[in-house]
Amino acid sequence: MKNQIFLIWMLFFVAWYNVFVEGQNIKDKTLDEDQCFICHKEMEILPENFSESDVHMKAGLSCAGCHGGDASNDDMEIAMSTGRGFVGVPTRKEIPQFCGKCHSKIEIMRVYQPRISTDQLSQYYTSVHGMQLRKGDQNVAECVSCHTSHSIYYSNDPRSTVYALNVPNTCNNCHGDKRLMEKYGLKANELTEYSKSVHGIALLENKDIGAPACNDCHGNHGATPPGISSISHVCGTCHINNEQYFKKSSMAAAFEEMDYHGCEQCHGNHLINRPNDNMVGMGDESLCMDCHSEGDPGYEAGEEMKNYLTLLVNSYNSAEAKLKDVQNKGMNDADIILLLQEAKQNLIQSRTLIHTFDPLKIKEKTDEGFKKVNEGVKLADFEINEYYSRRNGFALATVVFLILVIALYLKLKDMAKSRKNKEA
Amino acid sequence: MFKNLASKIESWLDERFDLTPIRNLIYHKKVPVHRTSLWYYMGGVTLFLFIVQVLTGILLLMYYRPGEDSAYESVRFIVTQVKFGWLIRNVHSWSANLMIFFAFLHMFSVFFAKSYKKPRELTWVSGFILLVFSMAFGFSGYLLPWNELAFFATKVGTDIVGVLPVVGEELKIILRGGEEVTGATLSRFFGLHVAILPGIFTLFLVTHLVLIQRQGMHEPEHFKSLPEKEKKYIPFFPDFALKDALLWLIVLNVIIFLALYFPWELGLKADPFTSAPEGIRPEWYFVFMFQSLKLLPAHILFLEGELLGILFFIIAGIIWMFIPFLKLEKLPNKIDILKYFGIIVVIFIIVMTIWGYLS
Repeated sequence: MKNQIFLIWMLFFVAWYNVFVEGQNIKDKTLDEDQCFICHKEMEILPENFSESDVHMKAGLSCAGCHGGDASNDDMEIAMSTGRGFVGVPTRKEIPQFCGKCHSKIEIMRVYQPRISTDQLSQYYTSVHGMQLRKGDQNVAECVSCHTSHSIYYSNDPRSTVYALNVPNTCNNCHGDKRLMEKYGLKANELTEYSKSVHGIALLENKDIGAPACNDCHGNHGATPPGISSISHVCGTCHINNEQYFKKSSMAAAFEEMDYHGCEQCHGNHLINRPNDNMVGMGDESLCMDCHSEGDPGYEAGEEMKNYLTLLVNSYNSAEAKLKDVQNKGMNDADIILLLQEAKQNLIQSRTLIHTFDPLKIKEKTDEGFKKVNEGVKLADFEINEYYSRRNGFALATVVFLILVIALYLKLKDMAKSRKNKEA
Repeated sequence: MFKNLASKIESWLDERFDLTPIRNLIYHKKVPVHRTSLWYYMGGVTLFLFIVQVLTGILLLMYYRPGEDSAYESVRFIVTQVKFGWLIRNVHSWSANLMIFFAFLHMFSVFFAKSYKKPRELTWVSGFILLVFSMAFGFSGYLLPWNELAFFATKVGTDIVGVLPVVGEELKIILRGGEEVTGATLSRFFGLHVAILPGIFTLFLVTHLVLIQRQGMHEPEHFKSLPEKEKKYIPFFPDFALKDALLWLIVLNVIIFLALYFPWELGLKADPFTSAPEGIRPEWYFVFMFQSLKLLPAHILFLEGELLGILFFIIAGIIWMFIPFLKLEKLPNKIDILKYFGIIVVIFIIVMTIWGYLS
């Protein structure tokens, strides 16, 4: 036991030493002996966004790691000579290749991150940004536009410009510039729209990093607007069932024929609102009405689907009110809660099945929900009746008790009276 | 016809067992009547509540299954699925609390009436032991539903035992059945609650009742000094017994009322890996001790404050139990020192309990 404790302490010490003492030494050694850093710091000409916590700096790469030259020589002429491999500051067009000289080579990258992908450069040149840059467009984004040049952090570090919560603003640095975007026919209002969308609210307001940011739909290095053929795949990466149902539906073929964007046609792109039941059916908010009109089969199907959903929602709401009554009365609610949870699940599934555009399938699912709701209501009624019958039972028992108490009291009085008479 | 049958049975038994002592007790025992006679009924109510406990406890045993994976579930089953299970469980819980309340009331009424004096010293001692056992019943029964509050209250309660010098740690491990409160503790507490404690309790209860019947009801000082003609008595049977029955009926109705309108919540199942919820405190009859221990500083002289507090309560309990044997004569200016001591004890218990609930 004592040996085990000693071993644990030793392991703890070694881990602590490596992480804190050695880690600190590497950093200090890099900076203390790095002549680029020493001179540039002395002359106060370090890059504007220079950070000592930069991921490359932390890995011990320092300035010469990217810019070349001899970091061990304190003679500027020699250190920054082409003979010593100095390449200086790359032009905008050179930047992807500049970063790619390491990031495209797994033999270099695996030393730092064994699982990192090394196809960023090739992906980049397939993107609109990369293609434009190749054409000589100096306005498009390259590596440092998104990652910065000297404050680069891992993407899961909240300080990183490409951390999920920061991505919308990073993209907006260019895509929010109206004058710049006009050249490309873009509105520059994407962030404003996205912020109001269900995804934007989840990410930016609720800080849910599971919610999609720009790169989740458009891609990272291969960023491009999704086309008609790929839009449902993009949404389908998260909304799997919706995509599957839509693909198999009669509507998919019709959409393709009319060159409609699958999901986007009804839900929009950046400004995707939380869906509601009024999007189906015949009301003012109905999306079915955009294409269908009274008398056609689509109109009837829409009306039917809306009715099934409305009926289940209404009965679920009334069951929930009964559940609240049961809870207020302090009765057993556990089984009712479970049944209503299942019914809610059925309601969600029914809403997903809207993407089949098949009223029968929706009816089948809402019927399952009705069954659960009815069972829940039955149980709630039982509990409410039980509540009143317990009180009635108590009232009855109290009457019986009262009669017995009065009878006993009278008997005692009678006994006291007869004893008094006897004594007299 | 029934009268005939009853007298036939009586004579059959009398012929074989000689029922004269019982007949004497029933027909000749008398209970004094005076302005504080009401306190005579407190013991009877406590006894009635104990009977309710035994009966409802037996019914609960039909469905209760001790064990980490079954205790909570079985209590939940009792209160939700078993016919009248909710009533039996709530009556058991309410009756347990009222039993301890009436036991305290009974004890203090006996104390202030000085009924513990010679020749009733042993009646007092056996009564005090019964109160301690009642509290042990409460402590062990509290854990049985295996819910969150009970789990942590038991953890805190058994931790306090561990503070005792020399035997504390060992005693804690014996109580818990290990280092921590686990399923082993639950099994132990169950055994204690339904087998060991009832056995010992019944032994002391019978002793207590036999002593009371043997020595009769205590007559207060002022009653003794009355002329014989002015002394009033009622026969124990049927008058006193019927009055007892009348009070028992009222108490039973009150318990059912409480069980219906103020049911005991089952709460969440105990989870040893969660942090203790807020407001963890023992049952109300331990709160005055718990609050006192909380108020003590960490160290008093060279002793731990908590340890000193526990030792104080143990010594105070022992002194209280042996009060009939203490020869405390009245002070020269006729100050009844014990009466004031009793008042201080009552005020201390009430104030600390209220403080404990408010803090």
